[in-house]
Parts: sequence; C-alpha cells; structure tokens
Amino acid sequence: MPCVKPDGTLEPMAQAIVRALRSPRTIEGVCEHLRLPVYRVRSTMRELFEAGLVAESDSVYALTDSGRSRVEEIP
Amino acid sequence: METPTQNSQAPSFPRLGQPAPAFQAETTHGTIRLEDFKGSWLILFSHPADFTPVCTTEFVEFAKIAEPLGKRNVHLMGLSIDSTYSHIAWIRNIEQHFKVTIPFPVIADLNKEVATLYGMIMPGESKTETSRCVFVIDPNQIIRAMIYYPLTTGRNMAEILRLIDALQTTDKHGVATPANWRPGDKVIVPPPKTIEAATERVKAGYECTEWYFCTKELPK
Repeated sequence: MPCVKPDGTLEPMAQAIVRALRSPRTIEGVCEHLRLPVYRVRSTMRELFEAGLVAESDSVYALTDSGRSRVEEIP
Repeated sequence: METPTQNSQAPSFPRLGQPAPAFQAETTHGTIRLEDFKGSWLILFSHPADFTPVCTTEFVEFAKIAEPLGKRNVHLMGLSIDSTYSHIAWIRNIEQHFKVTIPFPVIADLNKEVATLYGMIMPGESKTETSRCVFVIDPNQIIRAMIYYPLTTGRNMAEILRLIDALQTTDKHGVATPANWRPGDKVIVPPPKTIEAATERVKAGYECTEWYFCTKELPK
C-alpha cells in the first residue's frame, strides 16, 4: 500500500490527510483545508480507503477506528 | 473503487475529441489514476529520458508555467520510461543546479504501459524512449489537443499556454480562434451551416469580410 511506508508508518501526505480527517470532510474540503490539488487528495484518499483507514458516506470521508488509532501514532 | 482496465501492449494513438485512455501509474506523487484529474484540465507530457539536457531545459520551463496554468485550472503531469528513483534523483538535481522546484508528478512508465496507450514511442526515432508528446485533456477527460516534437527539439511553453487559452476561450464563448491568436485578439465566429444563417450572419453586427469569415471582439 503506497500510503504506508515499509516500516508501517504513513507517508507524509497520508499523515496530513488523516490529521485533516479528525473532522470528517469531503475531498474538496480536504483540498481546501490542506491547500492541495484535488488529484493528490483523491489518489491518497483512495489508498487510505483501501487500507481501511477511512470510510466514505455521501461523499464525506471520516476516519475508521483503525484510522483514528493511526492518528494517535503520528508524532 | 474499481481499478481501471489495464491496457495491452498493442500500440495505439489517442484521437482528438475522444475520451483519454484511462490508466493507473506510479508517479513521484504516488499512485495516480487519470480519473483523479476529473474536473480539471490536464497536460500529460512525455520526455525522452531523465538526466538529459533538452529534457532538463523543458522541465525547468514546465515548472515555470505551472503557476499560470494552475490559475487556469490546468495540472501538469510528466512521463518517461525511467524509474521513480531516477525521477526523484533528477528532480533533486534540477532543484540543486537550476533553483527550480518541480511541482508536478512524473510517471515512472518502466513497463511502457501509458506510453504505449498514448502512442508516445516513435520507433523511427527511438524504440526505448518516448518522444516529446503533449496531450491536452479537458475536465471531462476528452483529448482536446496533441503536440508531437522530435527528440532533438525542446517544446515552446508560450505555445502551450496559448493553446490552453484558445481551448478555454472556445469552450466559454463558442467561438474559434484564428492563426497566431492571443488573448484579447478578435475571435472567429463559426461559419453558418445554412443559407438562411448565412443571410442572418451579415446582419448580426459581426465584422464580416465575407459571409463565411466573420470576427468579433469578446467582452473584456
């Protein structure tokens, strides 16, 4: 999973996005919050979704239990 | 979230006005799919190889137009048949020696999947390198323009900006743009397709040299 480094920690972009998702947001909301281009957020969000760290409902993304525990691990 | 259909290795060429071939690729910004750019324009361009002089000049100049393109809702994405590690090393080298940050992703197309899908390899020039191709893909992911330059000739960034301005002007105002058009110049009113429309055309207040050749100013 490219959003996860070989040592099991999250890549910097993935870290930034899971931090931003402490409050559930849309893709556009994350882009605005982090001032990132939409392609960057879409691609990383897809990987976080596939890793089971975020869930989506009505185009709003939120951390799963596993995602929340990852946020706590980020220094 | 489904994985897009992967292409075969059969060479193909995109066509103007048709959907851009879907792909998923490893890039210097992670794994990216074409669909990730939906809603924005994309300039997908290829270069022959990392750590080569003409390509270096092009990367420096593409980096310089990234900001004006961004203001036009246009993203850039490069491609060559090199590894991600090579791309990263070259980008860092460019930053070190030319003091320019490369803000766009670069596809590491080692298996030539995307290059083959987009017809970027010209065997008459090189069987192992991509030529200098530019594909302008609109927010609906339709191919709107293509430019092919040989290995020896660096591309003209002003022309790429002009092309984007022309395409966006066409979309916004339903007009065409004449030779050497620049923003602010008069535009071409599309020719009438019926005899009645041709008669109406000359009464419509356009500047008409002939019924088929009418121009107008765009609102400032």
